[in-house]
Amino acid sequence: MRSEVIAAQAQGANIEVTEGSEPVRSKHTPDSAQARRRRLWTKIVLYTLLCVLSIPFIYPTIWMIFATFKPTDEFFQIPPTLFPENWTLDGVSKIFTVTPFAQQYLNSLYLATVITIGSIIVCSLAGYAFARVRFPFAGKLFLVLMSGMMIPGEVTIIPIFRWVADLGLMNTHIPLIVLPIFGPACIVGVFIFRQFYLSLPVELEEAGRLDGLGRLGLFWRIALPLSGPAIAAVAIMKFLSSFNMYFEPLIFLRSEELFPVGLGLTRYQDGYGEPLYNTQIGATALTVIPVLIVFLFAQRQFVEGLSRTGLKG
Amino acid sequence: MGATDREVGRTRWPRTGSSKRLARIDAAVGLSFAAPAVIGVLVLGLVPFGYVIWYSLHDWSPLIGEFNWIGLDNFTRLIADDTVWSSFLTTFKYAALLMVLNITLAMGLAVLLNQKLRGTTTFRAFFFSPVIVSAVAWVLVWNYLVAANGGINGALATIGIQGPNWLRDPTWALVTVVVIQVFKGVGMNMILFLASLQNVPAELKEAARIDGASPARVFRSVTLPLISPTILLVVMITTIGAMDVFVPIQILTQGGPGRSTTVISYLLYRTAFEQQDFGYASAIGVVLFVVVLVLAALQWNSRKRWVHDEV
Repeated sequence: MRSEVIAAQAQGANIEVTEGSEPVRSKHTPDSAQARRRRLWTKIVLYTLLCVLSIPFIYPTIWMIFATFKPTDEFFQIPPTLFPENWTLDGVSKIFTVTPFAQQYLNSLYLATVITIGSIIVCSLAGYAFARVRFPFAGKLFLVLMSGMMIPGEVTIIPIFRWVADLGLMNTHIPLIVLPIFGPACIVGVFIFRQFYLSLPVELEEAGRLDGLGRLGLFWRIALPLSGPAIAAVAIMKFLSSFNMYFEPLIFLRSEELFPVGLGLTRYQDGYGEPLYNTQIGATALTVIPVLIVFLFAQRQFVEGLSRTGLKG
Repeated sequence: MGATDREVGRTRWPRTGSSKRLARIDAAVGLSFAAPAVIGVLVLGLVPFGYVIWYSLHDWSPLIGEFNWIGLDNFTRLIADDTVWSSFLTTFKYAALLMVLNITLAMGLAVLLNQKLRGTTTFRAFFFSPVIVSAVAWVLVWNYLVAANGGINGALATIGIQGPNWLRDPTWALVTVVVIQVFKGVGMNMILFLASLQNVPAELKEAARIDGASPARVFRSVTLPLISPTILLVVMITTIGAMDVFVPIQILTQGGPGRSTTVISYLLYRTAFEQQDFGYASAIGVVLFVVVLVLAALQWNSRKRWVHDEV
């Protein structure tokens, strides 16, 4: 809309501004009937395109919800159906008995919470230091951080695997918590906080300084309470990535009771002798839907927060 | 990294006699604030990477308990190893295809959403939602949809096409994984493009229109150059991400059929954690790192030719 207003002010005439050839609305256009019809057609085409393109993005979720209530023999019947012909709770009833699903769900929630809180602490401290505090070797230490970003995690996992084994921490949650909080995965978070603190007006801290706050007070009383957007961005990124963690648990965990939910989902395949399609899909739905609901309510925070992290990492 | 040493943005302490003491406090606070992240990245990133290089010069299988220096033998073995070459080739194919499809679709969606239509937010949410869905869940659901008798082939059958068994067919398996992953991640790139499209000054596009340029021409000659820095960034992030794809391969195809979807990070995982050949896996890891680095450098250096201006 903004661009149209500017265009209208500048020209006061029928000029197309946006790529999609939606003309500037003007009451005094002579060929308005024709223009209106063309606009209508453009709209119909665009909406049809948007709807068709949406299918591969939302159909899997819709299918998943209905498939939860299908009997297993309907999964691969020809022709395939979206809605169950015979609704059943067979699959749902087995979700919690076939694998320790509830335990795995709790594991994921617990891991994600601890990792998110830990990351916010570590990243905000470092981000603040690199943005605001003058300390020796700041530039060099920042370089160390930057270089860590290029290192692929699936390569360094080899020595880390060895250390974890030597320390007797295999099949525990400790490596799963320590790695994402302190490892190279924290760098993006540090950048987000640093960027945020660089844009925070210095005057705020100078005022705090005059009121007698020390360095710690400035961080704790002024900078941190103001860093809502940065905290939200890091929290969303970290919570999602740790709730959905797969690779590290695959390497470090053996017992199913310790699995996070993502790894647990893959273990429905053929443990039982009979197919467990509906159970697996039901468990998947239970994993995905809460996240989707939160996303629906906080869409803006998610999109803005994650696109911020996308830019940096 | 001149930016970090800039004075801008740092708190100026009042110039009093105690300023030396305050500077000392700042030094202590700064170091201790930065310490957890810096030490963490050192100990869990840079040092392990040094170890990987060290391991790559050894023959090491923990099962037998041997750890012998063999110099560059792992690397000469790697050069002669068909599996490694084909894995790199598969990875390149995967990354190239994913990059092209992802960037094209992301740009198309961003342009569509930039049309100031009503309901844009809803569609944006649709396209973005797979980004927040766990990779495992997304892949598991698609695993059913692309099965021989799954929903995709059912839909194709209604228009008289007999679809292949997507993930078990050597010619289609890799493409199928790419498409599944494009739908999973394209929303993120779409958002980045959308944000930069919205920053293109309307006056410029309007001026081009007055000069008689068609909408397509305006997009090509005005919009694209202006958002080219974002395109470079998105291309780099997407390629680097695609080079270490693992989850969909491990869950959907386990590298098969044959070797048709054995990408390098999956080969590395198998070599290290299934065959327990840690020395050789480390050598593969070192090569992967170098390849990704070279790729990123090539893309970054290509910017002078097509990126409009540095932002």
